Amino acid sequence: MTSKRHPYIPNSVDSAKKEMMKAIGINNIQELYTDIPANCQLKKRLELPEHPLSEMKLKRHIETLLSRNKTCEEMPTFLGAGCWPHYVPAAVQEIVQRSELLTAYTPYQPEISQGMLQALFEYQSMICELTGMDAANCSVYDWASALGEAARMASRIKGKPEILVPCIIHPERLATLKVYAEPAGITVKQVTYDSKSGQVDLKDLEAKISEKTAAVYIENPSYLGFIETQVEEISDNAHKHNALFIVGIDPTTLGILKPPGEYGADIVVGEAQPLGNAMSFGGSMLGIFACRDDMSFLRQMPGRIIGLTTTKNGEQQGFCMALQTREQHIRREKATSNICTNEALCAVAAAVYLALLGPEGLRDLGAACMAKANYAMRLLSKVHRVQTPVFNSTHVKEFTVNFDESGLTVKDVNAKLLQRGIHGGKDVSKEFPELGQTALYCVTEIHSKADIERLAEALDGTLGW
Amino acid sequence: MFRQASWNEQVIFNLGRKGRRGHLLSEVEEEVKQAVGDAEALIPKNMRRKSAPDLPELSEVEVIRHFIRLSEMNYGVDSGFYPLGSCTMKYNPKINEFLTHSPKLEMLHPYQDETTVQGILEALYKLERWLAELTGMHEVCLQPAAGAHGEFLGTILMRDYFKASGEQARRTEIIVPDSAHGTNPASAAMAGFNVVVVPSDDSGCVNLGALKAAVSERTAGLMLTNPNTLGVFENNIDEIARIIHDAGGLLYYDGANLNPLLCKARPGDMGFDIVHINVHKTFSTPHGGGGPGAGPVGVSDKLAKFLPVPRIVFDGKMYRLDYERPHSIGKIRGFYGNVAVLLRAYAYILSLGVEGLTEVAEVSVLNANYLMRKLEKVKGLTLPYDGDQPRKHECVFSAKPLKSETGVAAVDIAKRLLDYGVHAPTMYFPLIVEEALMIEPTETAEKEEIDRFVDSLRMVCEEARSNPKIVTGAPHNTAVTRLDEVKASHPKTMALSWKMHQKKRQERESG
Ligand SMILES: Cc1ncc(COP(=O)(O)O)c(C=O)c1O
Repeated sequence: MTSKRHPYIPNSVDSAKKEMMKAIGINNIQELYTDIPANCQLKKRLELPEHPLSEMKLKRHIETLLSRNKTCEEMPTFLGAGCWPHYVPAAVQEIVQRSELLTAYTPYQPEISQGMLQALFEYQSMICELTGMDAANCSVYDWASALGEAARMASRIKGKPEILVPCIIHPERLATLKVYAEPAGITVKQVTYDSKSGQVDLKDLEAKISEKTAAVYIENPSYLGFIETQVEEISDNAHKHNALFIVGIDPTTLGILKPPGEYGADIVVGEAQPLGNAMSFGGSMLGIFACRDDMSFLRQMPGRIIGLTTTKNGEQQGFCMALQTREQHIRREKATSNICTNEALCAVAAAVYLALLGPEGLRDLGAACMAKANYAMRLLSKVHRVQTPVFNSTHVKEFTVNFDESGLTVKDVNAKLLQRGIHGGKDVSKEFPELGQTALYCVTEIHSKADIERLAEALDGTLGW
Repeated sequence: MFRQASWNEQVIFNLGRKGRRGHLLSEVEEEVKQAVGDAEALIPKNMRRKSAPDLPELSEVEVIRHFIRLSEMNYGVDSGFYPLGSCTMKYNPKINEFLTHSPKLEMLHPYQDETTVQGILEALYKLERWLAELTGMHEVCLQPAAGAHGEFLGTILMRDYFKASGEQARRTEIIVPDSAHGTNPASAAMAGFNVVVVPSDDSGCVNLGALKAAVSERTAGLMLTNPNTLGVFENNIDEIARIIHDAGGLLYYDGANLNPLLCKARPGDMGFDIVHINVHKTFSTPHGGGGPGAGPVGVSDKLAKFLPVPRIVFDGKMYRLDYERPHSIGKIRGFYGNVAVLLRAYAYILSLGVEGLTEVAEVSVLNANYLMRKLEKVKGLTLPYDGDQPRKHECVFSAKPLKSETGVAAVDIAKRLLDYGVHAPTMYFPLIVEEALMIEPTETAEKEEIDRFVDSLRMVCEEARSNPKIVTGAPHNTAVTRLDEVKASHPKTMALSWKMHQKKRQERESG
């Protein structure tokens, strides 16, 4: 009987099993499980599908299931907030599906893994060019966990227990930061914003910063999409108090926005998903982590870092993991982080994407998003009972839209839009009650003028009379 | 003999030509341009980028050739045998890749209205239930991005559990065996615990006497890998669970080694309170050269209320994301997890069912024991710890005898194996084995491949005696010969980016 042959299990064929069992002197595979105490051996039937599905049935099943989703391709969707829709060139897809990269482990044997190592080194290098920093790691899980790691790193470097962050911050990022910070004895304090501009309130910053402050963190563009302009002042104030300056970024804006390295950032974190990675319902993401070339920083960096080296005989250039003495397999409980598996293949996608775009393409990307988002703001602000943006600051690809005058909630508005085949922006009314019924809209290069006009018309039809 | 491509490929910054483009964006519509004007002019002057980032400028052709050449200098599971212990480098089914590249997944935004994402929510909900069933846990959270991220969540759950019970100030210690993976102590420390290490006994299992001596009213929990990193099942698990629970602690299961237990035994039934699963190991999602992975965490009933938000709930009609969890620890990342990885795991489970998963477990164990018994006969290698006991999915050999005899170390053996066209085993882990070679064939290795591997290893040991230089000078057939890893981390030469490299080179050249 060969009832159990499975395509993924070569030795499921009986003859192979028999030969192997004979070689090791057993009659039954169960003999290899006798060391598991009887009370731990599973006796009940598990509530799982019992039999293997054929590939064709599996494909049908998953495709049927996924067909119940309605995607951003099927309805103009104006969601961003940390996971952004951008076009992924076919060339990126081609590279990340190369199975030599896809099916490799972390490059523990560098000589046979030069491809991955070089690609990751190139990713790190490009992130440095974008951000104006000197060194980057080859990724952390996402922006939120990057911020958590950055706070801990700053606290270790400065030996101080507080981090100041803006009130305008993604709530999930803030929640993550708190979970990372609390066990390290780090307190997270929030700095208020100017109610007209949304900009960090420098007076409040001055009031809250102290000798306990390990780092000041800002985001550029902010969570609500506008450019934070008082960067020099914030940076100077942080440094004056012997604190680090951490900046969170959306890399698609760095073709047009000043890189944080030019305004004093010591650590840069951010989300590189929009560089050649699909949204896929929010995962996989790609956390950026970069810092200055300063040994006291580099020794405290979390995560895997790829370095340039040569062969031992000095004849060839090559790449391998660097500064491993920071890491868990060597330092164990004293490691700078526990991270091993990161988001390496997403980083390769980002490297391919940036190589395809080049400096001009990145600038075009930033400019296209900004032009379209600002066009959308202009159209929407003409819609009766809609106010956009809430703050009088400059917006790059995301902006706030307020519906207070309509008497409708964001939830109502979004429900009505959905009926018209459009997905509105993210409801932030619970996150920022002081902003009333406000939504965060995102427009990128994938949105056509027609999409934006359809949105304006739909809103007009919904609230305009 | 194996020969890997060796392209001597330039760093991408040295390629291309000014003005070349690999991708053109669609032109912004004329009316948009006219309405908005020069978008960059809207940016306050002090915030404009003054000089373009120094990115390479290449055509699509050059970009593709560059990265294809790089891929040819890389070795994956599809290239050949990859017995990297503890990493469960099994074959990654192609259909799962195909399915996750569907626009019906890729084009979903995480904040879409729940009515528009019922398909993916159903898959995730069911996957949670299946993983809970396979591990014997009450609830599963899919959010962690990797095993270590799961460990971080798990130890944070311990923290919040004791916060709620009013014992946080006292329960400050987490116990880990000396055979544990480095992430275990690192995660415990990240969550604010002190780490207490307990030694292993002669059979490679937790030393019960030492464990009893280590537990106290300060114990928050024990982190245990079972089968442990020697591939040995901790057969005193009942006693271990009793010792920890009697002391009021929680038992944490590092699921990196779950593969041999699928449908055979469950951590929940062994008394574990918290479990993480390495989806990129046991559930065959590709490792991607270092991620993305997924590290779901399963918990017992009493810990469920602390899990991160949102939880996926089902009311019989609709799947929803529930944020109303007052006891939740909050978040450990944005959104809901590495969904594209998780969907592959969902497909994997369907492609096997209980029947196939049982086969996965059994054949992974058969393969490992077959390999071990063959390798035992190779002179120069020994099998430390109880040699009569079977192993589960992996086995750990020591190359110490060969080293004493010939001077050839585990690292040399590993490098020389690369020349034979197989990936090396994990080396120098677990730390309790000197000159360790940790070998995990997984169920996707065929007998012929295992036989070839054992032959290769035998030949390497023979070479160590007859021609040691060929082994200590290995590898010879890979893209590059042995690398200077010290140079990569030396402050004088360390270059973690192209920019740093150029700066240091200039410094050296100008003396
Ligand atoms: C025993 C063990 N625990 C934990 C981990 C960490 O898992 P990950 O790399 O997914 O974070 C590993 C991975 O190498 C492992 O082997």
